[in-house]
Order: sequence, then structure tokens, then C-alpha cells
Amino acid sequence: MMPSYVIILVIVCYLALLFALGIWADKRARSKWVHNPWVYSLSLAVYCSAWTYYGSVGIAATSGVSFLTTYLGPVIALPLWYIIMRRVVTISKQYQVSSIADFISLRYGNDRSIGALVTVICVVAVVPYISLQLKAVSETFDILSASKESASIVTDSTFYIAVLLAVFAALFGTQTADASRRRSGLMFTVAVESLLKLVFFIIIGVYATFYLFDGTSDLYNQVSALEDFEQLTTFSNMEASINWYFMIALSFFAIFLLPRQFHASVVENTDVNHLKKASWVFPLYLLLFNVFVIFIAWAGKLVLSKDLNPDYYTLYLPLEHGHKVLGLMVFLGGLSSVISMVVISALALSTMISNNLIIPYGFLKVLNKRNPVANVKSIKKIRRVAIFILILGAYFFYINFNVQLSLFSIGLIAFVVIAQLAPAFFIGLFWNRGNAFAVKMGIFAGSIITFYTLALPFITDVFLQDSLFVEQGPAGITLLKPHMLFGLDFMPPVTHAFFWSMVFNLMFYLIFSVARKGNYRERNYAELVVNASSYGDMQENAFVWRGEAYVSEIRKALVKFLGDKRTTRALDIFYRKYGLDPKEEKADARLVNFSEKLLTGSIGAASAKLVISSVVKEQPVTLPEVLKILEENKETISTNKQLQQQAYELQRLSNSLKIANQSLIEQDKQKDEFLDTVAHELKTPTASIRAASEILADNDDMPDALKQKFLNNIVADADRLGIIISNILDLEKLSSGREIMDKKPHQLNNTLTKAIDGTYQLALKKEIAITINCVENLVLYYDEDRMLQVFTNLLSNSIKFVAAQGGSIVVNVIEQENDVLLSFSDNGKGVPQEDMKYIFDKFYQSNNQTIRKPLGSGMGLAISKHIVDGHNGHIAIDKQFKDGARFYVTLKKNGL
Amino acid sequence: MKKILIVDDEPNIVMSLEFAFQKQGYEVFIARDGSEALALINNNIPDLIILDIMMPQVDGYETIKQVKANPAFAKAKIIFLSAKSKPDDIEKGLSLGADAYFTKPFSVKSLTTAVDNLINN
Repeated sequence: MMPSYVIILVIVCYLALLFALGIWADKRARSKWVHNPWVYSLSLAVYCSAWTYYGSVGIAATSGVSFLTTYLGPVIALPLWYIIMRRVVTISKQYQVSSIADFISLRYGNDRSIGALVTVICVVAVVPYISLQLKAVSETFDILSASKESASIVTDSTFYIAVLLAVFAALFGTQTADASRRRSGLMFTVAVESLLKLVFFIIIGVYATFYLFDGTSDLYNQVSALEDFEQLTTFSNMEASINWYFMIALSFFAIFLLPRQFHASVVENTDVNHLKKASWVFPLYLLLFNVFVIFIAWAGKLVLSKDLNPDYYTLYLPLEHGHKVLGLMVFLGGLSSVISMVVISALALSTMISNNLIIPYGFLKVLNKRNPVANVKSIKKIRRVAIFILILGAYFFYINFNVQLSLFSIGLIAFVVIAQLAPAFFIGLFWNRGNAFAVKMGIFAGSIITFYTLALPFITDVFLQDSLFVEQGPAGITLLKPHMLFGLDFMPPVTHAFFWSMVFNLMFYLIFSVARKGNYRERNYAELVVNASSYGDMQENAFVWRGEAYVSEIRKALVKFLGDKRTTRALDIFYRKYGLDPKEEKADARLVNFSEKLLTGSIGAASAKLVISSVVKEQPVTLPEVLKILEENKETISTNKQLQQQAYELQRLSNSLKIANQSLIEQDKQKDEFLDTVAHELKTPTASIRAASEILADNDDMPDALKQKFLNNIVADADRLGIIISNILDLEKLSSGREIMDKKPHQLNNTLTKAIDGTYQLALKKEIAITINCVENLVLYYDEDRMLQVFTNLLSNSIKFVAAQGGSIVVNVIEQENDVLLSFSDNGKGVPQEDMKYIFDKFYQSNNQTIRKPLGSGMGLAISKHIVDGHNGHIAIDKQFKDGARFYVTLKKNGL
Repeated sequence: MKKILIVDDEPNIVMSLEFAFQKQGYEVFIARDGSEALALINNNIPDLIILDIMMPQVDGYETIKQVKANPAFAKAKIIFLSAKSKPDDIEKGLSLGADAYFTKPFSVKSLTTAVDNLINN
């Protein structure tokens, strides 16, 4: 078929590629390529191991639809998964949880023995599961290379693959001692592998269905002719369907509890919001993965010979047809699922072994005596050794039990063992009575049942070749037959074991939880987890502790594991957060809790508790006290929050007052300026009148002609005063909004003509030509007196600014859809650019303190603007017009 | 004959002042804003300037600065005659070197008396 060395070369290249990818992603942990919900969702597909990739086809070929349970469970569970995981992830982040063992032991008061128990359960379940993966690699390798199984380790390629995987896991998984830190590079490679295995699997599915056969209906027609078809596609009886439901429940638990699943979904979660996308992407992934399973199985049944292992139909199908490259691709897809499963499982287990088994049981003493650098090294070393032992242990398990292992059954046994954690995990999340003792009892009971019903028959069968035990029960007691316990005879062994172990586990858990009360510490943590949402904000305040502790002692303990730099930085943050005095010698509950959390990432929750309790003198607190203190702390926090809220409100209020005050000051200033302008406007004609009157009074002998001139001046200035005063009153009336426009239909043409007539004398004097271009009978609604004021003002301004002789003023009227646009253009000197902004401002003159504008123009435009606004129109100056001044007036056609 | 320059853009006020000073025996020149005034004094250096502040184009402040900057006009006395009447305005006018500050409306008699005093001392 294919030479071994080529395959090995491909494997090495593939691993090197993944390795490079991991390093690349590690450096870009924060970039949008690595840190996004898609990577997270895909990394959850670490769930699909070789069991999925190869095993489901085997099951589909031999037992029909039951392969679906493993995937239907998670798909059905996902809405619930989202709700539960949101809580679990939030708590885990807060308490630096680094594994499922850590999480469960945290919930039950950082109980050391629970952490250890969970770790043991996980190891027992997962090591055979890993060996299953190695088996898959080994067998597919053999199929691909068509070699016989190797006799010794030295020549067995599987051994080298196992070592490679261990190296890969150790290198990527144990870079820091803090196991709760994320490993972005590793998870990125897992996501990529998930994508590859899916794509490869779909390709082979399409190949089998559409290349080897003419689509799904062709396959169906052919396979339905086989004799065992009925049995493959329907539930034969009641028992089978019950079995189906139990299997779904089993895989439902697995999605939460499998160490690699917990690791990918909780420990490596970088953002709680990623859960949202994962809750539909992941089920979709599983569905896609299963679309072709049944068709590949059928195709295999139809095309391949009966003595080939149906687990590997995906591989045989292309190889039997001479498509070697396709076969290699299938192999790489399978390898991908193996790599991600083995690496993540080994990593999760190694953390559990170091943090929950080795460090809290004995090794802590060693660590306590040494310096932080050596400690970090030791912790990493423990994990690395654990990874190697786990993977190689799995390898030897595989070597010894090779024959008995079927991909599907070992996977299910692992699920049953892991399911023993379910009551402690799920009920513990929602029920605060569950306590540590009950957990231990439940798990023990469940494990014993599992051992008796699943492992013991296996052992007696394999080692003693004794089938009597299974067939007749121990010493012939039929009620204790391991596969038909208490007479339950209609379930297959795995379902049967799952059922009874769960019954006993759950029963013991509930009974002892109700019968016994946990100690105050358990109760404290139970509260924290069960009511996570209400204690979430309290952080260190949610922890009840009483006793005597010294900061210096705690500090010393922290330094030992974290090093001086990290400890100082962490404590700095802590002191700043709570506004505490760093010189205070006595430590309070918050510091004790904070320190425990700090250590949890590195050495696990149980060890952290041990380390801290060794340097503090703790006094027990009674249960009611715990609840009381918790309640008090909660109230204090909510009071603080209220105060903060009030302070914020006050701040907001004072800000808005400040703004209001500022605008009042501004208005006051504007009023002053207005008065100033008014006074100034009035002063000039008054001064003129006064001077002329004084002269007339003192000079009786003045010639009559001159006297008349002075008198005329006085009359003109008095008129001017009158105009100014009425302008001021007008402006005030208009700007206060009291003036209501008397809108009636008028011909625009007529009004414009009237305006020109009014300025005719002035225009004539300067010999200015005024032209109007307006259609007749254009009727608009407006207050004619007011509009006349606007037009007159614009015209007289223009007359003022154009040169005598040669000056011209043009008024154009353009009809638009809803408006009428009037433009007043002249060829005068125009309005200076810097004044354009203020030209419609009633304080216009006072803004240019010393350069006087021609009298009246300041107020005239302001008045015009108010009038046009009062008609819902618009007045503006054309800023681009360079040949003079051009004003636009827009009026609504409907006059509203 | 002593020369007086009246700088103001209000023709009616200018007319009254022209009459009053001519009656006092001064030769009167008239400018409608600062630029006219500055053009005019080069040929006829006045003994006294009556200066408005708010005028189109070159204002009174700019005018007094230019006059004071030229030593040729050192002898010319300057009186501000303005509608700007706030203490700040008066202080600013005097600080620029004006000899007196009259606010509008004003008494013609007081102004002519002040002019007489300034010119004769």
C-alpha cells in the first residue's frame, strides 16, 4: 500500500506544522485571529475523538442508529450547557480554577480529598480512553501501510507517536506554573485540527455517497436489500429505546464532565460571551460530522468484505479503490482528532494530578521549604512527568488489552466512570445543602457499582477466563449477577452499569446531604457557587473567615510559590482595590481569600487552602454566623453600591447645574452686550441732537439757512432714535416668540414690488438698477407686513453697499419641489468672510467692538432671521459668492 | 491759526463741531475715519485731534497708535470723543496717550473749553 517511512514523514511534518502554528498563535494570543468565539467553538470539538472519527461508522454498520446518541446528547444539552457553563466559567475565572477536580473541590469547601477523588476518577476513565486513541492510530497506520503489527516497542510506530504527543503536550501545556492561565497557541491548534477533521470527514462522506454510489437514494435502495436492514434503522423494542435515552443522558454528562471538555470550555475560555456563539456552532459541528456516518457505513457494508473491521470503513473505502491520497487524508483527519484529544486530556489530567493529588498530599512540604524559582520548576516538572506517565501508561494499557478494546465500548465505559461526578457537579451548582461527605459517599458507591458491573466482569473474563461469574453471579446468587443486578435484565451492560451506579450515587449523595451538615467552610463555598450571581460582585467579601493572621506570614507563603515580583504586584492591586493600609500587620478575611485564590492557579484549590491555613490561626465559625456575615457583607456592598450610585447622581446633577450656570452666565453676558449695543446705538443720535441743540441755543445770530440745516439734523436724528427703539422692541418681541405671524395667501410678485417701491427713492439717488425675476401668480402663505420688512431690509442693505452708478441688485425667485427660493444678489463690496458667522446675530455689532457697521444692519438681519424662522423658512448668506453679497430666503410652499 | 482735526463718521456731529470750533477761531479739518485722518495730517499737522473710536475701516485706537508712533506729530494733542463710556474704555483711551476723553452725548461748551485749555497751555 504505502511505505511506512512515507507515512511517518507525513506525520512528523504534520506535527511540525501544528507546532509552528501553535507558536505563531501563542505570540498573537490577543489578535482577532486567535482570540475569537469561532476558535473557542471549534476547540470544543475536541469532543470528537477517534471514537467519533472511526468508531461511529463501526457502530452505524453493526448496530444502526445508536451511534447518534453520543452526539444527540450534546446537541440537546446545548441550551442548558450555555446556562450552566456561563455560571461555571464565571466562578472558575474568579477562583482561578484549573480543572474539573479543582472546581468540584472548590464547591465543597476546597476539600482536599474530593479533589483527589475526582482526579482518580478522571484518570481511571481517561487513560483507557487515551489508549483507545493510540489503538486507532496504530491500526489505521497498519491499514495504510499494510504492515503486520509490530512485535516490540522499538519497532512499534505507535510508541513513537505516543512519545511525540507527550512531547507536544508537555511543551505547550506547561509553559507557566499557573495552570489557570490560558494556552492560546495550543487551543488554536486544536481548533484548526477540529476544522480539518470535519472537512476531511465530509470529503470522505461525499466520496462514498456520490463517487462510489449515485447519492443517498441509490445507497438506500441497495442497502435496504440486505437482510439485517430493519434492525439497523429502527428500535427493535422497548428496551432498545430505553437504552437510547440512557445513552443520550450519558453523553449529556460527558459534555460537561470529561476533563478535556472542561478544560477546553472552562479553563481555556477567554471571554464568557464566546459561549453564546459556541452554543449553536458546536451542535452544528456535531450535526455536520454525523451527516455522512450512516452513508459511509452503508457504503462499507455494500462494497467491502465482511471480515474487515467496520470501524475503519472510512479508510478502507478509498484504499480499496486505489485512492491512496484520499486514504492518507482520512488518516490525517483521524490523527488530528487523536492529537487534540490526547494532548488536551493529558494536559488536563496532569494539572489535576499535580494540583489535586501530588502537591496537597505530601509534596507541599517539599515546596514549602524551597525557593520560588525551584518551586515553579518543580511544579512544571511534576506536570511534565505526569503527562509522559499518562500517555505512556495509556500506551501500555493498549499493548496489554489491545484485543479486548473496541473503540465504542471503551469510550462508553469511560463515560460511565466520568458520570459518577455528575451528582456532585450538577446538583452542587444549584443546591447549597450538598456537602463534601455526601459527595465522597456518592462517588464511592457509584464507583463500586461501576467496578462490579463493568470492570469486574471484564477482569474475570480476560484474566481468569471465567464466565461463570457473569452468567450466574457470585456464588450463584442470581440477584447479584453483574450484568443483571437486582434482576434488571433488559439493559445492555453499559446502560445497566450507568443506571445502577447513578441510582446509588445519587441516593447516597442526597441522603448524606440531608442527613449531615457540612462544616461552615463548605457551607460558605456552597453559598458562593449556588448564589454565584448575587455574590459575584462581592469577590473577596463573599468569604467568611475568622481568626488571627499576619500579612508578613501570608506574604512569605505567597512568595514561595509566586516569587517576590508577582506577590508584590498582586498585593499592591489588592490593597489599592480595597483602599487598605499596606502597613497593617493583621490580615483580614479578604486577604486570606485573595491569597488562596492567587495560589489556586499554581497549586490547586485544596493545596492553596492548606498553604494558607498553615500560616494563619483559624477560628471556627458556626453555620448561622457564616450566613449572617455573608448577608451583612452583601448588604454593605449593596449599600456601598447605592452610595456610589448616589454620589454619581450628585456628580451628574452638579455637572448639569454647572452647565446651566454657565449658560446663565453666557445669557447674562449676552444681555449685557445687548444693552451695551442698544445704549451705544442710542448715544450717537442723542449726542448729535444735543450738540446741535446747544449750538442753536448759544448762537442766536446764526444765519437762517444754517439754522434750518441744524434743525433738519435734529429731526433726522430724532427719527433715527425712533427707528432704533422700534427695532429693539421688534427684535425682543420676535425673539421671545410672542409674535404670531399673520399668515395669509399673498402673491410673492406683488410683495417684492412693494418692497422695491419702498426703497425706490434711495436707489434712485444712487442710480442703482433693481431687477426682479419672478413668475406672476405665485401665491405663498405669509405675513405680508413682516415679509416686506425682510425684503426691504435686504434691499436697503444692498443699496447701502453697492457703489453709486453702476450698482445693480437682482432678485431671483426659483420654485422648488416644496419650497420657493429667493436670492438677493448685488455687486457691492460684499460681507467680510469673518463676519459671515455673526451676521444674523443680534449682538453682531458688539462682537466687532471698534469697527462700526452701517447703522441698523446689525439688528435688521437679526429681525429678518426671526421673521423668516417664524414662517418655518430659512435665511442664509451665500459664502461662495464673490462678486458682492448674496442672500437666500427659502419659504415653504404650503406655508406650514 | 491753530489747526484742529475732527475725525468722526457721523456727519451731523461733525457739522456741529465744525461750526463750534470755527467760531472759536480754529482752522478745522475733517476726516471720516482713521485712514483719511492719517492721510490728511501729513500735510497739515494739527495742534489737536478730536478722535472718535468706532469708525469704519481704521478705528480710533489704531489711529492714535500711528499718530503717537510718528515723532513729527509729537506736539498734536488728542481728545477721544466716543460713545464708548465704560471705565475700561476710558482707561484704555488715556493709556494710549490721549490728553482727554469725552463721552457722547457731550456738552459742546465743555469740549471747546477743554480744547482751548489744551492748546493754550
